[in-house]
Amino acid sequence: MRIPASQLREWVALPTDATPEHLHEALVSVGFEEEDVHPNEISGPIVVGEVLEFTPEPQDNGKTIRWCQVRVATSGDDAVRGIVCGAANFEVGDKVVVTLPGSVLPGPFPIAARKTYGHVSDGMIASAKELGLGEEHDGILRLSEMGLDPEVGTDAIELLGLSDFAVEINVTPDRGYAMSMRGVAREYAHATGVSFNDPAAAVTVTPGVGFKLAIQDNAPIRGAVGCTGFVTRVVRGLDRSKRTPAWMIKRLALMGIRSISLPVDISNYVMMELGQPTHTYDLNKLTGGITVRRATKGEKLTTLDEQVRVLSEEDLLITDESGPIGLAGVMGGATTEIDDASTDVLIEAATFDPVTIARTARRHKLPSEASKRFARGVDPLVSRAAAQRVVDLLVELGGGTADALGTDLVEFVPRAAIHLPADFTAKLIGVEYSAAEIETVLTDIGATTAKAKDGWTVTPPSWRPDLVDAPGLAEEVARIHGYDRIPSAIPVAPPGRGLSRSQAARRRVAQVLAGAGLTEVLAYPFVTTEHNALFGSVDGTAVPEMTLANALDPNVAQLRRSLLPGILDIAKRNVARGLTSLAIYELGSVFQPVGTTGSTSIPIGNVRPDVATLDGLYDSVPAQPWHVSAVFVGPVTTKQPGQIAVPSGLGEVLDAVQAVATAVGVDVEIRQGSHQAFHPGRCAEVFVGDVSVGFAGEVLPSVALSLDLPRVVSALDLDLDVLIAAAPDHVVATPVLVFPAATQDVSLVVDQSVPAADVRVAIVDGAGELLESAHLVDDYRGAGLDENQKSLTFALRFRAPDRTLTQQDATDAKLAGVAVAASRHNATIRE
Amino acid sequence: MSSISPQQLAAVVAEALAAINGVTTGDELKQVRTQFVGDGSPISVINSTLRDVPADEKAEAGKIVGQARGEINQAFAAREASIVQAEEHTRLMAESVDVTAVASRRRVGARHPLNLLMEEMSNIFVGMGWEIAEGPELENEWFNFDALNFDEDHPARAMQDTFFVEPVDRHLVMRTHTSPVQIRSLLTRELPVYVVAPGRVYRTDELDATHTPVFHQMEGIAIDKGLTMAHLKGTLEHLARAMFGDGAKIRLRPNYFPFTEPSAELDIWHPTFRGGARWIEWGGCGMVNPNVLRAAGIDPEEYQGFAFGMGIERTLMFRNDVADMHDMVEGDVRFSQQFGMVI
Repeated sequence: MRIPASQLREWVALPTDATPEHLHEALVSVGFEEEDVHPNEISGPIVVGEVLEFTPEPQDNGKTIRWCQVRVATSGDDAVRGIVCGAANFEVGDKVVVTLPGSVLPGPFPIAARKTYGHVSDGMIASAKELGLGEEHDGILRLSEMGLDPEVGTDAIELLGLSDFAVEINVTPDRGYAMSMRGVAREYAHATGVSFNDPAAAVTVTPGVGFKLAIQDNAPIRGAVGCTGFVTRVVRGLDRSKRTPAWMIKRLALMGIRSISLPVDISNYVMMELGQPTHTYDLNKLTGGITVRRATKGEKLTTLDEQVRVLSEEDLLITDESGPIGLAGVMGGATTEIDDASTDVLIEAATFDPVTIARTARRHKLPSEASKRFARGVDPLVSRAAAQRVVDLLVELGGGTADALGTDLVEFVPRAAIHLPADFTAKLIGVEYSAAEIETVLTDIGATTAKAKDGWTVTPPSWRPDLVDAPGLAEEVARIHGYDRIPSAIPVAPPGRGLSRSQAARRRVAQVLAGAGLTEVLAYPFVTTEHNALFGSVDGTAVPEMTLANALDPNVAQLRRSLLPGILDIAKRNVARGLTSLAIYELGSVFQPVGTTGSTSIPIGNVRPDVATLDGLYDSVPAQPWHVSAVFVGPVTTKQPGQIAVPSGLGEVLDAVQAVATAVGVDVEIRQGSHQAFHPGRCAEVFVGDVSVGFAGEVLPSVALSLDLPRVVSALDLDLDVLIAAAPDHVVATPVLVFPAATQDVSLVVDQSVPAADVRVAIVDGAGELLESAHLVDDYRGAGLDENQKSLTFALRFRAPDRTLTQQDATDAKLAGVAVAASRHNATIRE
Repeated sequence: MSSISPQQLAAVVAEALAAINGVTTGDELKQVRTQFVGDGSPISVINSTLRDVPADEKAEAGKIVGQARGEINQAFAAREASIVQAEEHTRLMAESVDVTAVASRRRVGARHPLNLLMEEMSNIFVGMGWEIAEGPELENEWFNFDALNFDEDHPARAMQDTFFVEPVDRHLVMRTHTSPVQIRSLLTRELPVYVVAPGRVYRTDELDATHTPVFHQMEGIAIDKGLTMAHLKGTLEHLARAMFGDGAKIRLRPNYFPFTEPSAELDIWHPTFRGGARWIEWGGCGMVNPNVLRAAGIDPEEYQGFAFGMGIERTLMFRNDVADMHDMVEGDVRFSQQFGMVI
């Protein structure tokens, strides 16, 4: 909402030198956020000149310029200037606006004496557009057309009010009334304490009579009748040669509204002044009286913008005997639109149901200044004044005559009274306002108050549908007395339990991975269908996914089932930027719908739903477990003195799995795995007990290459929630044994298909309690072994709790382990 | 019988000391040991003559020979120590490495600053006894809007630029704020409730320097008996000071949110902000609307409280001089690595 300072000044006493900063400061203090300042950037010398003579001079380019002598001062050496002008819409003797060298026009466009068309032009004769007075650019501005005949040399900035500016504020959706000068002036008065002159009260209303009107609402929305007020007035005999005065054009321009024609400009101007949208019909195009009704399904209307709208039963229509002539509160129809020849007009100032208008504007994607105001609620008691104001301006500026014909329907039920207990405001705000302070605010905002038993009964004013309860009134008191008055106090919360188990575990995982040399990233959770199918499914089995209905990129509209697409995309971006040695990780939610999701209907908001409904709401939301992912690309460390580049691969990614497991406090088991997005021979499946928690390995090379990544990329994606849930509550410690250890190695020959981990488990199971650790130190294949065999060497360390072990003790235990490996995996000792 | 001449002894000692002190390497030292300290060395020979010394001179002779031996041994030990030291020194010097060019064995990692910031802010509240609440990012509309006093026709609901999920008539949306966590907390926790909810939220804004469709918020809610707007102000003031130092100030400006009444915009001022000491819009807050309490089955006559929320990206922008939102969302590791583990 933009407010021209000159217009605000008509209703409240602004300081004579009021700056944009002053206006913003005042309005911010009562809750209107500062958005912008729109100056009419203009500075002089800009003066009234009189054309003394001119010589038309045809040019090579086909144009004819006029070399003019213009008197710009009553006396002095520079009183007459030579000026080149391209326009031809003036005569000798015309008073015009001359921008002299040194002046600046909106743009900013500085004016200097310059050589052009063989003359030195000592300034410029300005058009209305150049002065910020509208769009008219066909010729220069002739002051006589504005009914002005000022003296030569008069300051034109002052004369035309060109030094105005507008402040732009953000009006929150609860304050529809403030989308007008009337509302903003009232608020400025609240902020500064100056008195407020209500523009609605400045209008003397003469109601119209005799125009036929019917309201027929067979389908109110949420119980609200679509139209509760419909004021019409008639003006006849408009002189359509009359143009919109410069002051109105300038103010509309400052408000961001383009000048169209006098009747349209007046309608817009009154809407900005009083907050009431009005519509102007060509009276002679109307057929009979007006009926306001809901549309029938599929009914059609051609709106002003020439679009054929197919209507819904919820749309509210203005109709005459010819059919629909307007979409109520949103846009007029083409058939009854005023045109350049219209001289007799019907003005409508109606009160529509906010919900109806909001839905229609949304349904037809027609957000307009009018529908925005109706959707927020227009003062139902301002329609008569608005219609009258339009009539008055059409008479004054348009040469029309007010007609007695019209309608005067205003059905207003006063707003429900609110009980405000005397101590309520203090208890909510924390400030002990006096009774007088509270009453003053309530009166100032237009409410009526009556003393009640323990406080007040307050009836909000007609323009404040937002005031429905005591906190709303308390807010008004706090707002207008200023939030600065609120003191500070720190509440004492009951003793807390710190981070939850899961929160603490996730923080540890993040810290540990960063400590292990990985960099944390955050990817958007939006992925393609292809990527969800590839990374979200182990073997290509179709998996359910959630799809955004209004994705910014329709190709990337799925909610991720795996973190991998996002983090691989980030890897790609880094690699593209030359960061080719990369280790990154992400903790985030994935979206795993099962069965049907969502709700067919949802309960109303201000009541706690019953248990079954609430459970239904909880269950309607798909599972969104936390996952952790990591990606390694390129060398762990690049080539350095004395050290070759160390490539990253399975080792890094499996170390990262262990780091995550350690951070969570859970033991994981690595098994040979299979996942369609991973290398078939280099994929580990990670288990906690028998529960799979995810995969780690080399990404399938073709997938890596398709993502513009190198062939070897390692990655992991683990379900962090399952890992955390599997972690024991606390660690049960065992004593540290201190007797000397005995160490032995053993090499076992097994088939190459047997995983080393399984052989190790067999040794551990067989060797018994004396075995303290078993560590794979070699995996040999080749000479001395059969083609399908491998020799696995384990370093074993034995220790007893109560004595020093002999080598024989150790050998016995080792052989017991070997025996189990032999029985499970046909392992034989390699001699 | 013979006697031991002190002069002869002195000469032996002098010769030995001269030889020992002339040694410069371990090999020479070995040679000198054989020659002057070992069996058959002059001092050993003299020592072996002690048994021939008359009984009455024996004590005195033994003493002076012992002294001479001691002198030679001491000199030898001293020389040995200094040579070992010198040789060790030579070896160490030979092992010198340019420590500015040592190969590193591992990468250096980093946290994402948005997460670090959320953790730091959470810690401040945990320190006051508050707890951290969480909820789903894909949320039922009832939690995201209706329960927060946005009914389906509320103009503010249209302002939220919501991502809807197919099929749209199933009422699932990407949460537009972390406020649904407030409702879930009120529904499931025992009163009084003091929680903050940090997390990811979604709005349909295209990515540019100051917008991103996926961003983070930290919201808080406190519901108790007797809480007023003064408690809201005090809590936010504490947060501002804990995060920015005692020089930080806050200011509340009237604003509007459906879920609070009164509502306020929160501004923060600090002398060190980029662009000089100034007020910066930080977040929104207010006293929880009675309809929100009713949605959770809480009697607004008995309990009331406050809520607040702020954008984490925005906070990072003015706290750490981040000028462009792209840096926070693109995942370029150079961005996070500026922060390392500390924000």
